[in-house]
Amino acid sequence: MMRMEEYPGYPEEMWDSLRMVEETRDERIGKVYPRMSEEERERILREWHPDYKQGAKRPLRIGPNKGMMLPHEVADILEAHPLITPDMIDLSEIDFDVDVLIIGAGGAGLSAALIASEHVDKEGILLVQKLRLGDSNSKMSQGGIQAALGPDDSPVLHFLDIVGGGHFANNTELVEILVKEAPDVIRWHQSLGVIYDRNPDGSIKLSPGGGTCRRRMLSCKDYTGLEITRVLLDEFLNREIPYLEFTCAVELLTDDSGQVVGSVLYDLDSDEYLIARAKSTILATGGYGRLHIQGFETTNHYGATGDGIVLAYHVGAELRDLDATQYHPTGAAWPEQIVGQLCTEKLRGRGAQPVNRLGELFVNPLEPRDVEAAAIIRECYGRELGVTTPTGMRGVWLDTPLIDIINGEGTIEREFAAMYRTFKRFDIDIRKEPILVFPTLHYQNGGVVINARCETTVPGLYAAGEVSGGVHGKNRLMGNSQLELYVFGRRAGRFAAERAKSVNVGKPTLKHVERYERWLREAGIETDRRSPILLPEYRGKKTLEHHIRLL
Amino acid sequence: MEKEGKMVTIYVMGKKHRVPAGLTIMKAMEYAGYQLRRGVGCRGGFCGACATLYRVKGSYKLQAALACQKVVEDGMYIAQIPFTPAEKKLYNMEEVKPSPNVFVEHFPEITRCLSCNTCTKACPQDLMVMDYVQAALRGDVEKVAELSFDCIACGLCAIRCPAEIVPYQVAQLARRIYSKYILGLSEEVERRVAEVEEGRFDGELEQLRELSPEELRKRYESREIRV
Repeated sequence: MMRMEEYPGYPEEMWDSLRMVEETRDERIGKVYPRMSEEERERILREWHPDYKQGAKRPLRIGPNKGMMLPHEVADILEAHPLITPDMIDLSEIDFDVDVLIIGAGGAGLSAALIASEHVDKEGILLVQKLRLGDSNSKMSQGGIQAALGPDDSPVLHFLDIVGGGHFANNTELVEILVKEAPDVIRWHQSLGVIYDRNPDGSIKLSPGGGTCRRRMLSCKDYTGLEITRVLLDEFLNREIPYLEFTCAVELLTDDSGQVVGSVLYDLDSDEYLIARAKSTILATGGYGRLHIQGFETTNHYGATGDGIVLAYHVGAELRDLDATQYHPTGAAWPEQIVGQLCTEKLRGRGAQPVNRLGELFVNPLEPRDVEAAAIIRECYGRELGVTTPTGMRGVWLDTPLIDIINGEGTIEREFAAMYRTFKRFDIDIRKEPILVFPTLHYQNGGVVINARCETTVPGLYAAGEVSGGVHGKNRLMGNSQLELYVFGRRAGRFAAERAKSVNVGKPTLKHVERYERWLREAGIETDRRSPILLPEYRGKKTLEHHIRLL
Repeated sequence: MEKEGKMVTIYVMGKKHRVPAGLTIMKAMEYAGYQLRRGVGCRGGFCGACATLYRVKGSYKLQAALACQKVVEDGMYIAQIPFTPAEKKLYNMEEVKPSPNVFVEHFPEITRCLSCNTCTKACPQDLMVMDYVQAALRGDVEKVAELSFDCIACGLCAIRCPAEIVPYQVAQLARRIYSKYILGLSEEVERRVAEVEEGRFDGELEQLRELSPEELRKRYESREIRV
């Protein structure tokens, strides 16, 4: 193997450790660190996973989920005044009067729109998006989407992996739907023109993922979410379904019967409010990575500010499992410019091993995400065997060169074009050098309670995708969020459109905003916080902040 | 950011700012006080929202980059291009066919390609844009799909093209045709969909859903792992 004498992308103080990784590489080939038992997993989560850290959460003081333990950052946006007050908004002028209003244009929102357009006249649909069409976490997904397609696999095994990974806290009705509709989602994608990776014999390429008992991960190189989202977006535009970009939902609307009848919108370009009345409203707003829970960096899109759970809670919809946050085990810890960005789990699926500063194995590469993340945090902060960067970040090595050694030269460039390109911009060649990684805030495991029809607990309001909860329980496995977007996005579109055919909606009001203010008052909450927050605050010195509150 | 606290000067749409060296263009703009609304997206090089043109003092070259990936340089003049003025060509995928003329039919302007390679030089993903436009002229669907796969549709190729071609739209059509009409549906997918529709897994799934959490845990732990 070629010996590197220097590593231009890394500061000199890391070179000794890099050499140790290189020197131990040959003897690590083929070695697999054993998986933990369930008891070991529970212990390491308790001791090292950020979700279990003392003082990081508090009980929610208002609303239907009063008492639910939430990270402070999430409790903060729920225990906040609504962004608008009823006197600010003129509800007598309705700007849009539609059958189905869809909020969010990632994978779930676009799927909902496409399917809804098969059930109601497309002019009866309005899709609104805070930023650009398609901009979302959906698009950033790298590694894959799960569907039990292999001859030795089945939806039953897929189900078992999901509930085990989710610590048996999942809504099993939703899980059953997810695993059974997975193959049909893939068929739908192929019929629309999504290019899934193939084996030389033409069959679909299936890779393993963390916590899966079979090879079940389909991929589109490491641009899986990009490929799927851009095809759905292209189809959405071809069908000429009405939409508004740079338009945020700032508050839902309810009528006298308490059902949701649309949303107050805010045009980010003109700073104007618009009123959209709708017979059915679908929340497809994604998650809350940009809240930087416990100071963690995030893989998430700029718009992932948790707006959906705020809007839903304002109208009294129940939430679940928001005590569980997913930290992706491998976010970039170096170079500084991309700290927190995702290094796909597929790297480990294809042979990259996590190793410590000394080049030693310390965890099976494919534990469920929460366990893998906890093991990396322990290695850095418990055993002090991580590598410290010049800005004080710690991380462990992910030994990517093994991928080409195991699977043949050219594999990384072919299958990991995005990763290869990202690091190359900063003089790191992942074919020859390992990358430094540390867990990064990745996914909102819980969310708005939904049933099989994607109905929330408030009539007229639907939810699909990351904003919803129940499918993943307390911990999501790789590739199931992509899948969830399309399974439940399609369902939301269909059931919301069906409801729109028969329902009558009354005059829109903001009475729930007054009720929410009363809840805040009665709970003695005095704050100047307002939500949804819509855009994260990074101006000035905040640009430079990394304060992970780990210990 | 940098240990020594080195600062550089940048000009955001002409306005001068001192920012720490080492920041990306996007973070430098935020440091300078901008709360971005347009020209920001995934912040990870996947969405194409932050297309940016710049020149560095002393150089005539107009360069293109993604604001979330490009580190600021001293004396950089920056203009974000958050939107590419381009009409979306509409087509019905059920009617489009992979004929040799498919691209010229939908995008006749590709015949104006001068082979000047400006598009390729502008691409922040380092894609061979001109090569795939040429492949489109030849009707080579597979080649266009292959060469354009990593496209994030940031629009910089279209902004710079002197022939006024919108390459990323040609590429999107090519990839969809390639999947739908050349690769086609997968047998194993069709088979599994049929098995689900027959209800083959319903009994076992129902059983699992009726298990107590302890029994379910046992089933989970005893499942055989074959990856």
